[in-house]
Amino acid sequence: MGETNTAAQPSQEFEKVLADSSTDVASFDAHDKTLLQKLQHFLHSSPAAVPLIVLVLSLIAFGVILGGKFFSAFTMTLILQQVAIVGIVGAAQTLVILTAGIDLSVGAIMVLSSVIMGQFTFRYGFPPALSVICGLGVGALCGYINGTLVARMKLPPFIVTLGMWQIVLASNFLYSANETIRAQDISANASILQFFGQNFRIGNAVFTYGVVVMVLLVCLLWYVLNRTAWGRYVYAVGDDPEAAKLAGVNVTRMLISIYTLSGLICALAGWALIGRIGSVSPTAGQFANIESITAVVIGGISLFGGRGSIMGMLFGALIVGVFSLGLRLMGTDPQWTYLLIGLLIIIAVAIDQWIRKVAA
Amino acid sequence: MAQEPILTARGLVKRYGRVTALDRADFDLYPGEILAVIGDNGAGKSSMIKAISGAVTPDEGEIRLEGKPIQFRSPMEARQAGIETVYQNLALSPALSIADNMFLGREIRKPGIMGKWFRSLDRAAMEKQARAKLSELGLMTIQNINQAVETLSGGQRQGVAVARAAAFGSKVVIMDEPTAALGVKESRRVLELILDVRRRGLPIVLISHNMPHVFEVADRIHIHRLGRRLCVINPKDYTMSDAVAFMTGAKEPPREAIAA
Repeated sequence: MGETNTAAQPSQEFEKVLADSSTDVASFDAHDKTLLQKLQHFLHSSPAAVPLIVLVLSLIAFGVILGGKFFSAFTMTLILQQVAIVGIVGAAQTLVILTAGIDLSVGAIMVLSSVIMGQFTFRYGFPPALSVICGLGVGALCGYINGTLVARMKLPPFIVTLGMWQIVLASNFLYSANETIRAQDISANASILQFFGQNFRIGNAVFTYGVVVMVLLVCLLWYVLNRTAWGRYVYAVGDDPEAAKLAGVNVTRMLISIYTLSGLICALAGWALIGRIGSVSPTAGQFANIESITAVVIGGISLFGGRGSIMGMLFGALIVGVFSLGLRLMGTDPQWTYLLIGLLIIIAVAIDQWIRKVAA
Repeated sequence: MAQEPILTARGLVKRYGRVTALDRADFDLYPGEILAVIGDNGAGKSSMIKAISGAVTPDEGEIRLEGKPIQFRSPMEARQAGIETVYQNLALSPALSIADNMFLGREIRKPGIMGKWFRSLDRAAMEKQARAKLSELGLMTIQNINQAVETLSGGQRQGVAVARAAAFGSKVVIMDEPTAALGVKESRRVLELILDVRRRGLPIVLISHNMPHVFEVADRIHIHRLGRRLCVINPKDYTMSDAVAFMTGAKEPPREAIAA
């Protein structure tokens, strides 16, 4: 309060010189930017650009090395089939990571849901369609529990979903008694469970319904995230929950709805999983949580929340798919795939940190 | 001041455990004025402002807006009643665009099926209104309404927050320390914004520690001390030293100021 006693006049002397000061301070236009800064700004405003560029480059690289063996409609669609599950689970993971959370339980929820779809049909004789609905419901319920613990109890998402992962996975083994339902039984009695494994051909290209649902889901979520108020709130909550709350967003309700939706999408992935592997197996999809986080991170979505595009996640999943299949076709040791994916993850996070400096 | 006050509070009490933050505090805001609220740290001015803006619910007392008793359970309800607050931390989402931020929590949806069934936002309409509001307040140095708020300077961010409040506040605008984090030039800009908002007929409650700013723009100064309103003074009749003396208890305020 030192200045208040000396400055007795309401008019502020020291500000009078402002009239002569330079007026172009507020200009922040682009002419004097270096190419690198322009790139940084471009990447800041289009977060899916980096993974898209990497995807195109890796397609070209493998295409040059492997030629027609790689660049065939069959191989391209095979990659799509292989990333369908990760893509769907990755969509769920994207929603949670955009809120600055993380969901380690996605894979476990997926498997439990698929087991429930199978066991309800074969153990209790439910109509398969009803079992599917039950499976989706259980997935959503798991997500709802995660969301409630995170939003109402204010527990860290990492811990909540770490616990949930173990609980759901153990329930899955206990409930299913570690029993696999064979593919022949499913196709004979409950073919709807394998719906997402069915395919159609366009020339040499083979599309499963699992691929179609993955692409449709990502497009739908892109629309929701970018064109609806709910989607804007997802970003606002991840960016600065306190600010979002003061601006009138019900943060608690948002978090619960996001985790619930994430659980529901995981259950959908569980249904698609039955189509992919044919049978219902409680030991399937063990690495879905890590794979989905990998896709999200390589897709340029910030783990600190509020930044990134779901399209980036899809590109990230495809990059992993391209590397796995490309390296396998080259006949290399599969460990090379993991090594390169590991490198990509670290590079992706480094780029994310660099892009964020635009704000500084 | 023959007019009726637009916003009044009588006998507000708020206790936090054993601390009494508000002790039968009164408050009056008249139409079209800038009322500065000053007080020492811990005097309870922020508790009073929070009670008025819906962030806390007082234990006792009555708040009236245009003569009607009101009770807010959340800042949302205060906003719906026409009371907008510019928080000290601005409550902006850095990664969202200027337009998105201005309409956060009250988005405009497209007309027809797209808006009703697909809940599609009317981006064009929101951008147009946001741009109109910003130019109305002379903030059009901001060229791109779609740029993220985090790419703006401190003064520009403050401008966006003030524009948001001015755009939606139909009755009262409350500003909590709007110049505290700003440089000389940016403070000047924000003070001009405050005067612009008043010119458009909205009364403003300005909470500030900056005496020169308070004495420059305020029509009346509400001095808060020990959880209640000590007095209201006219900045033309008193010096800053007087105000600080009243605020800290170094000097007794004159009788007529207490009655006001």
